[in-house]
Amino acid sequence: MSLFDRTAHELGEMLRRREVSAVEVTEAVLKRVESVDPVVKAYLTTTPELARAMARAVDSRLQRGEELPPLAGIPMGLKDNFSTTGVRTTCASKMLEHYVPPFDCTVYQKLMHQMSPLIGKHNMDEFAMGSSTETSAFFPTHNPWDLERVPGGSSGGSAAAVAAGEAIFALGTDTGGSIRQPAAFCGVVGLKPTYGRVSRSGVVPFASSLDHIGPITKTVTDAALVLNAIAGHDPGDSTTVKREVPDYTSFLKDDVRGLRIGLPQEFFAEGLDPEIKEGIFATVKQLEAAGAQVVEVSLPHAQATEAVYYLVASAECSSNLARYDGVRFGYRSSTAPDVQTMYKHTRGEAFGLMVKRRILLGTYALITGNYDVYYRKAMQVRTLIVRDFERAFEQCDVLISSTTPTPAYKMGEKSKDPVALALSDLFTIPANLAAIPAISVPGGYTKEGLPYGLQIMGPAFGEGRVLQVAYTVEKLVDARQRKPELPEKGGVA
Amino acid sequence: MSQKYETVIGLEVHAELRTDSKLFCGCSTKFGADPNGQTCPVCLGMPGALPVLNKKAVDYAIEAGLALNCEIQEYSKFDRKHYFYPDLPKAYQCSQFDFPLCKNGKVTIHVNGVTKDIGINRIHLEEEAGKSVHSGDNILGSDYSLEDFNRGGIPLIEIVSEPDMRSPEEAYAYLTTLKSILQYTGVSDCKMEEGSLRCDANISLRPVGSTEFGTKVELKNLNSFRAVQKALEYEQQRQARLLDKGEPIIQETRHWDETTGKTHSMRTKEQADDYRYFPDPDLVPLIVSPEWIEEVRARLPELPPAKFERFVREYGLPEYDANLIIATKAQADFFEATVALYNDPKTVSNWMMGELTRLLKTSGQEIEDCKVTPELLAKLLTLVDNGTISGTAAKSVLEEVFATGKDPELIVQEKGLAQISDTAELEKIVAAVIAANPASVEDYRNGKDKALGFLVGQVMKETKGRANPKLVNELLRKQLS
Repeated sequence: MSLFDRTAHELGEMLRRREVSAVEVTEAVLKRVESVDPVVKAYLTTTPELARAMARAVDSRLQRGEELPPLAGIPMGLKDNFSTTGVRTTCASKMLEHYVPPFDCTVYQKLMHQMSPLIGKHNMDEFAMGSSTETSAFFPTHNPWDLERVPGGSSGGSAAAVAAGEAIFALGTDTGGSIRQPAAFCGVVGLKPTYGRVSRSGVVPFASSLDHIGPITKTVTDAALVLNAIAGHDPGDSTTVKREVPDYTSFLKDDVRGLRIGLPQEFFAEGLDPEIKEGIFATVKQLEAAGAQVVEVSLPHAQATEAVYYLVASAECSSNLARYDGVRFGYRSSTAPDVQTMYKHTRGEAFGLMVKRRILLGTYALITGNYDVYYRKAMQVRTLIVRDFERAFEQCDVLISSTTPTPAYKMGEKSKDPVALALSDLFTIPANLAAIPAISVPGGYTKEGLPYGLQIMGPAFGEGRVLQVAYTVEKLVDARQRKPELPEKGGVA
Repeated sequence: MSQKYETVIGLEVHAELRTDSKLFCGCSTKFGADPNGQTCPVCLGMPGALPVLNKKAVDYAIEAGLALNCEIQEYSKFDRKHYFYPDLPKAYQCSQFDFPLCKNGKVTIHVNGVTKDIGINRIHLEEEAGKSVHSGDNILGSDYSLEDFNRGGIPLIEIVSEPDMRSPEEAYAYLTTLKSILQYTGVSDCKMEEGSLRCDANISLRPVGSTEFGTKVELKNLNSFRAVQKALEYEQQRQARLLDKGEPIIQETRHWDETTGKTHSMRTKEQADDYRYFPDPDLVPLIVSPEWIEEVRARLPELPPAKFERFVREYGLPEYDANLIIATKAQADFFEATVALYNDPKTVSNWMMGELTRLLKTSGQEIEDCKVTPELLAKLLTLVDNGTISGTAAKSVLEEVFATGKDPELIVQEKGLAQISDTAELEKIVAAVIAANPASVEDYRNGKDKALGFLVGQVMKETKGRANPKLVNELLRKQLS
């Protein structure tokens, strides 16, 4: 097996056993990027020098016989909304095309302490708004399983990179499913932790109260390893929680005996691809056979998910993106005679259509008179959705659903239709509104050979339980038997 | 001002808090650093940078709230106030909208012998904007503008009064009292010239007897308390004239022009920004425990109203004196330190309000920075008391102390200002003055007492103010009788 096909866990063991050097691992991944990224197009920026320097540091530590952090020498990539000192951070927007941050986000600092080499920055939907990576201002990313299809989004570059062996793991952001949905489309694992579990400091926000940071990995074990590295209170992010971080790998047990698994009926209604539905039910049956108890639960306010999400996310986005005014950094229009026109031209020229649409919607939702009708109402319904989940978790330990209604769709198919695009997030958004942990693990493959994801949601700070069930599902499905076949050296598929 | 209308005034005062670091980041708040030398990703609004609340700023705001008799709210929260301007890096100001930290306070003012409470609606915490320097008069008339974000993010409290003031004079009294209280607590410098204290005023008129408010106008660019008063006086008349003519008052923001002494329209209500307030999702609600509030209450200094009472009671000062002396904490402290060394409060008060105040005003210094210390003033007054120098000479000694900080005794020696109390020496001078002023002598003998004063003055002149006036009086009466 090629090094780039290995998991973080496997590579870590090989490094410690001195079967391979960190430089060899990094070079293997860099070479993989060189050979397949011309068709996958997962990276906006690569940082081979940074990666090599880190790998060399890991090797010299190994040579000195020193202990290594768990992710040392494991090459990774970051979605391009994670601030990285000296490395441009574009958010896949013309607005920040040449923006180089003067500071690091907290999670990148943590990964540097882990000595994890940074391969580069991943393509995404512009400012994380979108579900297909097609709203990137630069180019779309292709799904490694079928280059004609989208990798999902907004962390599409990250999921595609991990699926294609262009990074051993990646960090993405998830505001309405942006880690889990691309993970499902690309046949990898994507974990969105509880809100407040991982610091957002230095990660460019889309909607602050919905933005979550989490790992995209090849396996559940890797997800636990990465979560171990990035979780915890950060004095630089007031919304992180002072709460002990358990060793998440301790939950990785192939055992679901006595666990109560809830199936939210609203998630299995119309619109769900029958093939996926069947696959998920089959897995649930296997879990039942393995000793789990299956109960049907209801989330009665699920129908309001879409409306609440679009109001809250857009309102916060309109505020968060107000700072891109051309004054201090980023794009500035050169055609403006005065400051007011400069604002208008700058924002008009450098934001894409999806971003503008959200800003307009959010601005409208917050103006005097509309605030009570839209924003406040949405926040009230959000509370009802949170209560729905609290009630559901009185009846069960975890909830299982499909991650998405369909497998990856063809590029261009939905990008012109925002409503269709939005519907693809229906199963993922509720966990963002409720701020609870949720993971997407490979659930199987359609007859066409496309992967789909199985989503497991747990109560707040119940990442351990979620990982435990995910680990069991991973064993049952055994999805890693298959790998995407990619033309090497940038050949045409 | 016509008797037909009643004036209704409310004031919004912004005071910078004297914390060492900014409200949401660790940058220094020191005045006068190089442009943008005290900035970081947070106060520059760089993408992804998050705010972390400065506890000291909350502490100071609680202190201000308690000093102004407010109820401190155990739950308050931060909201974003949106508008575009180059010196506002995030294009929103982090402020408090519907749940401010302090509510329902009051300030007691004294105007023309009348005591009145002015209600404080709320005090909330918010961040300062940066500072724009335009190449022209304003941002639209400039080729370029420079932005300095050192000020951006400094903590501010906004103190919003109730519309309880009924005249520009009351507004002035409210401001001076408010400033004095804030300075006492030490939470703010309250320096209008450095911009650490700013004021906007709302004013409306209504027919006398009416309980409904008239249409209000907001006044901006009020750069001193006097400017607030003058602008309100102007606006009061302008509105009265419009109402007399039956013309409507337009709800708008008006700019005070100090040079023309007039206000002019800046923007109407329709042109005003919609701030689109909403709770800042990057910050958690601010929870203040009752213990915290009590901790701050325990360290509150004696505030002006209490000090006023005590100075009248303990030192027997007239109310007029007490009111002036307590105007600043530095002055009150100076007074008490001096009285501790020279136990004649009224004399100390006279010298402080008279000569010392005059010297301070002329030189533009503050009492706490000047070279006259309570020790030196007490020494000087003792020299007058024991007859070493005359009151007149003492004035010039004080001037010298003020300029040099030298010991008064030393000055008296060096300048030969010691009083002439030698009877023999003075008798000669008195005789000479009597000889030189026969007309006055005649007047005195004809019962014109004023003439004696003139003659005393002549002796003082001859001795360059050094003669002991009491002795001169005695000797003159003796020789003239």
